[in-house]
Amino acid sequence: MVFRQRGRPDVRAVDGVGFSVAPGETVGLVGESGCGKSVTSLAVMGLLPRRGVRVEGSVSFDGTELLSLPPDKLRTLRGRELAVVFQDPMTSLNPVVPVGTQVTEVLVRHRGLNEGEARKEAGDLLRRVGIPDPSRRLREYPHQLSGGMRQRALIATALACRPRLLIADEPTTALDVTIQAQILELLKTLVAESGTALILITHDLGVVAGMCDTVHVMYAGRIVERASRHDLFGAPRHPYTGGLLASVPRLDQPRGTRLEPIAGSPRDTIPWDRGCAFAPRCPNRVEECTSATPELLGGHHGLRCFNPLRSGPVREVTPR
Amino acid sequence: MSLAQVETVAPEETGGGLGRDAWRRLRRNPVAIVGAILVIMFVALALLAPWLAPYPPDKPVGQVTPTSIPGPSAEHWFGLDDLGRDEFSRVLWGARWSLVIGVVSLLLGLVGGMVLGLLAGAFGGWVDGVVMRLVDIMLSVPGLLFAIGIAAMLGSGLDAVMIAIAVVNVPIFARLLRGQMLAQRQSDYVLAAKAVGVRRRRIVLGHVLPNSLTPVIVQGTLTLAVAIVDAAGLAFLGLSSNDPSIPEWGRMLADTQRYLSSAPLLAVFPGLAIIIAALGFTLLGESLREALDPKYRR
Repeated sequence: MVFRQRGRPDVRAVDGVGFSVAPGETVGLVGESGCGKSVTSLAVMGLLPRRGVRVEGSVSFDGTELLSLPPDKLRTLRGRELAVVFQDPMTSLNPVVPVGTQVTEVLVRHRGLNEGEARKEAGDLLRRVGIPDPSRRLREYPHQLSGGMRQRALIATALACRPRLLIADEPTTALDVTIQAQILELLKTLVAESGTALILITHDLGVVAGMCDTVHVMYAGRIVERASRHDLFGAPRHPYTGGLLASVPRLDQPRGTRLEPIAGSPRDTIPWDRGCAFAPRCPNRVEECTSATPELLGGHHGLRCFNPLRSGPVREVTPR
Repeated sequence: MSLAQVETVAPEETGGGLGRDAWRRLRRNPVAIVGAILVIMFVALALLAPWLAPYPPDKPVGQVTPTSIPGPSAEHWFGLDDLGRDEFSRVLWGARWSLVIGVVSLLLGLVGGMVLGLLAGAFGGWVDGVVMRLVDIMLSVPGLLFAIGIAAMLGSGLDAVMIAIAVVNVPIFARLLRGQMLAQRQSDYVLAAKAVGVRRRRIVLGHVLPNSLTPVIVQGTLTLAVAIVDAAGLAFLGLSSNDPSIPEWGRMLADTQRYLSSAPLLAVFPGLAIIIAALGFTLLGESLREALDPKYRR
């Protein structure tokens, strides 16, 4: 899949992002805020507004080209074959509609169940995602559920029709750490059970380490490094990935070791036209970085860099 | 109390839908209580007028001359009017007409406004453009002036008054609903519903509309007050029914003008009735707004 997407004043928000997901596989999209992770997922789902945004390239789902699919066909696929879990469970449920109605409407829409069957199925779904007393919860309104429970309800909705592709867009960012672990465990189990392909969008490298088979690191709208989880954590080649890993606190480091932040912050201008977007913050910068734009090269372990880290593993990776 | 007990009791205490929350806040607000009492009184008097009124509203029950119109007495609490009819009975029956005119014109305006607002809010684009320009044009004319124009065009009569007041309120409701819907359409839960393939019609009617109704309900309550005042205003200007036997507060005010020097109280009673009815709906509407508006929530 490759997409290019442009905003109104021709902002090239995401460019040259290509990846594929196989059934049962979990692919991670990692990067800091504003690097284009969420917009990429919206583009895959066809949820970007039609006006003011141009999506170019190709999104191929099981041989079907999604970008050229008519809206009503796409709507039928969404929820049945493709599903998303969004970041904020607090605002992703309609506050004035009972939770049950919001879960059942997917079942009624895509599986043609009647109201009664759908309610029963919805109860089973809530039980599967670990919500106790589902029949009571179905009658309640979102504000009566905790954040973790709401995210579970949203996951239940997303998985209601056993989609073949699930995009989880920072599914645990709005939750506290213990709930995060539960939700991730739940996603892992459900994906493994149903053979659903999962695209996990996150900025949390710990989540990536625990979940993903393949990882794509994005910076300023492009993929800068692409590798298997093991390779990425064991031998990061792109200075940005190296920087990300160095800025995460670790248990196997002695106390008092200072974290290494990446200097500076991403620029607002679209930086890939002249040289590497990461160049201004890069410790490994060479002359070429500001004159030519690097391409994503290398097959198995792809890299967009003129002067990658060569020193082998920067740190040992602890398997989780 | 043990922790387990706290956990089992707590959901019951904080439970209940959004409506129940609002109800609780409403009940604790003294302004709401006063408003509700006034409204209930007004509605009860209007409904029970035929049984409560001691005299018929349209027949003379005493002797009057233009220079001697008897004031309040034990027999006639509000005195007699210029034609010898019992003023108290007429004010009671007047509540009836005010309620009918207020409610009917509100409903007509609400339906019209909501249809337009729904169209604009649901479709956007050129539909929104056309509807909103129409609304802008209607709103650019001052309300009562607009109503006078329409009532005059339609000819006098209660129907004309109700339609005129309704038309004046259409753009207000339309703009309100459309604005709410546009705001709600940007929300995450709409995106989430789209993401699971919920149909557009269902998103608009099942998700966006229910979330947009609160301010419309509040505005509706406030509009009842305005409708009652406007109806009286139109009647005062002679744009209501020609039938002199219909006791309409605004008309009663207009009819007593000539006798202000000999029987000033004849203007006071219907005037007070109008004020009290309008005040009741305004207080209730304002406190409804406070109870339902998320900004006032703790």
